Amino acid sequence: MAAGVAAWLPFARAAAIGWMPVANCPMPVAPRDHSKRQDELIILNVSGRRFQTWRTTLDRYPDTLLGSSEKEFFYNEETKEYFFDRDPDAFRSILNFYRTGKLHYPRYECISAYDEELAFFGIIPEIIGDCCYEEYKDRKRENLERLQDDQEENKDMRLPNMNFRETMWRAFENPHTSTMALVFYYVTGFFIAISVITNVVETVPCGATANQKDMPCGERYTVAFFCMDTACVMIFTVEYLMRLFAAPSRYRFMRSVMSIIDVVAILPYYIGLVMTNNEDVSGAFVTLRVFRVFRIFKFSRHSQGLRILGYTLKSCASELGFLLFSLTMAIIIFATVMFYAEKGSSSSKFTSIPASFWYTIVTMTTLGYGDMVPKTIAGKIFGSICSLSGVLVIALPVPVIVSNFSRIYHQNQRADKRRAQKKARLSRIRIAKAGSSNAFLQSKRNGLLNELLELTGTEEDEQKLTKNTSLLESQHHHLLHCLEKTTAHEFVDEQIYEQNCLETALQSYPSRSPSVSSHDGSLGTCCSRRVKRNTPLPNASVPPAHPVPAHQGPLQELSAVHIQCGDPPCHTTSRSNLNLKTDDSSRINCKSGQITTAIISLPTPPALTPDGDGLHGPPQRRPPPPPGHPPAPSIQTTTSSAGTNIVKVSAL
Amino acid sequence: MLTAIWETEGLQTVGIVVLVCASIKLLHLLGLINFSEDSVEDELELSAVRHRPEGLEQLEAQTRFSRKELQILYRGFKNECPSGVVNEDTFKDIYAQFFPQGDASTYAHFLFNAFDTDHNGSVSFEDFVMGLSILLRGTVQEKLNWAFNLYDINKDGYITKEEMLDIMKAIYDMMGKCTYPVLKEETPRQHVEIFFQKMDKNKDGVVTIDEFIDCCQNDENIMRSMHLFENVI
Repeated sequence: MAAGVAAWLPFARAAAIGWMPVANCPMPVAPRDHSKRQDELIILNVSGRRFQTWRTTLDRYPDTLLGSSEKEFFYNEETKEYFFDRDPDAFRSILNFYRTGKLHYPRYECISAYDEELAFFGIIPEIIGDCCYEEYKDRKRENLERLQDDQEENKDMRLPNMNFRETMWRAFENPHTSTMALVFYYVTGFFIAISVITNVVETVPCGATANQKDMPCGERYTVAFFCMDTACVMIFTVEYLMRLFAAPSRYRFMRSVMSIIDVVAILPYYIGLVMTNNEDVSGAFVTLRVFRVFRIFKFSRHSQGLRILGYTLKSCASELGFLLFSLTMAIIIFATVMFYAEKGSSSSKFTSIPASFWYTIVTMTTLGYGDMVPKTIAGKIFGSICSLSGVLVIALPVPVIVSNFSRIYHQNQRADKRRAQKKARLSRIRIAKAGSSNAFLQSKRNGLLNELLELTGTEEDEQKLTKNTSLLESQHHHLLHCLEKTTAHEFVDEQIYEQNCLETALQSYPSRSPSVSSHDGSLGTCCSRRVKRNTPLPNASVPPAHPVPAHQGPLQELSAVHIQCGDPPCHTTSRSNLNLKTDDSSRINCKSGQITTAIISLPTPPALTPDGDGLHGPPQRRPPPPPGHPPAPSIQTTTSSAGTNIVKVSAL
Repeated sequence: MLTAIWETEGLQTVGIVVLVCASIKLLHLLGLINFSEDSVEDELELSAVRHRPEGLEQLEAQTRFSRKELQILYRGFKNECPSGVVNEDTFKDIYAQFFPQGDASTYAHFLFNAFDTDHNGSVSFEDFVMGLSILLRGTVQEKLNWAFNLYDINKDGYITKEEMLDIMKAIYDMMGKCTYPVLKEETPRQHVEIFFQKMDKNKDGVVTIDEFIDCCQNDENIMRSMHLFENVI
């Protein structure tokens, strides 16, 4: 029962009294309405906009959010209203659904936003009224196509383990994936062009010799053309066989249009080779040569536009069929009329109805060759009617085809545009993601710095540091921290990770001094950050050597915290500064407390001193002896800073 | 020879006639020539009839509903019929929604006629509310009167067997096909026979209003069922 007519139920029940005198058995007891409360107004506060409606209006649809007890979850006791933190504009249509029983889809609304609202309020989109349903479905289909295009591009992603066959197939299908594929693509394209040009030039009459008539070039330079043809066909054959080999499903490949075109293009040559110079079959041979022109269709692999055209024609098959049918009808009608009209005139070219077909076609398509013209008045009248109707009949289906083509073409263009924008989008997304992970890494440094400042800094600076992160962020970071502790591994930056992988590939290290390694063994587990790393000297040319914890690889991670100040910079080497407690205040009192972390990784030099330079605690600082000339450290700042003066303070 | 000339001339004539007809049709299409005179009034088709009920006080006086009840009733009524009147098709639609399994259109037709007391083809809010007032708040006498009115299709004061058969068939139609036990052809007829046996005291083949009311008042079941829907509103 439609809820809209719920208001009429009392009437229907009252009218049931009409059955009473007719009934023979006693009637069942009527249900009592226990909750006989008065119909009340309820207030729905949607993001500040207040909607009011009767309770019974909402009760009409009990399987939605507003009609069921689910809305009690949103009840606000103090203000005695139901508060929903949703879009008030979209809520209008939803509330109107309760009032009128019809759900409308507003055109200005984004389709996915609307879908989300419907899902939130528990309304299925299928009950959208007929007036708006088509629009809704169209928009939804468009959106789905767009998303599908995006997904299809993801399939281009290189699968990690592709065997040779799959690589080859991928190279054939997408020439942009590798250089070899591109080369192959251009070479085949070149040979297709050569082959087509050869076919064309073959028939051009070359200069005639004195006693011979004009011969086409093909007959004059038979050998040359034959060699060209052979070369092209060989290339095509090889290409076809390679594709056949690489195809994931050979049967499907052989059935596809492109493969049929390939076969048709190269078959005449082989048939010509096999056949002898027999006079009977040479006629058939000549016919076969015609099929060589199909090589030009091989270009469709190379041209997107051709493919679109072919696809359009396929999708407009019904329109084309209609065009053909209506044209045929008109041709027959007019040919008949013209024949009978011109029958009387002498020396008329309209000898039969089929002969008039030619005239009708030429007139209807407004070609008008003039080889057949009507002479009688009736013929001329009907001829003019014929040409007028021809224009109309042909003009009718053409816009449909054009619009189809335009739609498909734009879709393809959109796909190309999206592919081009995708790179930029992906890199932006990556930066955003990296930002959040860097925030976590930075907060770890902040944690270190906090400990550092506990010893050296003042209270307010500490608070300044901790204030920068919101509650949400700090909770998030705590969560990541817990994960680190659970798995006994640490989050590191991508570059460092890659470098580490590289280094493990190149070198392997035995564990260094036991004391260090034991301390380092605690690294990444529950222990302190203090046994982290040494400080690098960014300006120094001689970076220290570092011991390597056995289970972590050559992790040369540095936590160096830069405090950027507007004050004159102190370009002192970091380590000594820390020990000078007096100087710290001058530094830490920088007003613009912008903190950047630099993660400095140093590739480990080949020779390591036995007693590494592990720092076991903040007071202990032993500058490690520089072993050699290791490459310059790479400094990477994770957050951009406005100023230029960077004072590096090494944290532990 | 002659036939050839006639052929050509005939075709010429045909051609000219076709041309003339086509041009006339074209002019007619463009609106320059008008053949029939009654095409202009189509533009002035009246929009739907709008009806506004009498004031709340008057309705309060005429019916046995309170003010609040009338308000609720009107809101429901106006929601479904914004123009203020129900015509028969809308009425049938609404009533059919309550009986999805069968065909309620015949019975709705009879019901419509019972509600449409002034027989103007539409049920306004006053008709609606007055009918409801009788059915829900009226005395037993009034209710039985109303029922008699419903059964008496031609409103001549007598219920004949044919009228009763129509009503019975309409009621059974609302049940639809899928019933248990299966509905047979002669079930309505048998039901009518039982009804007449009960009601028709003087066996003259028709039931008058007095016979009807007398008989109903003596029947326990019917009396009890009259009070069934008292608390509907």
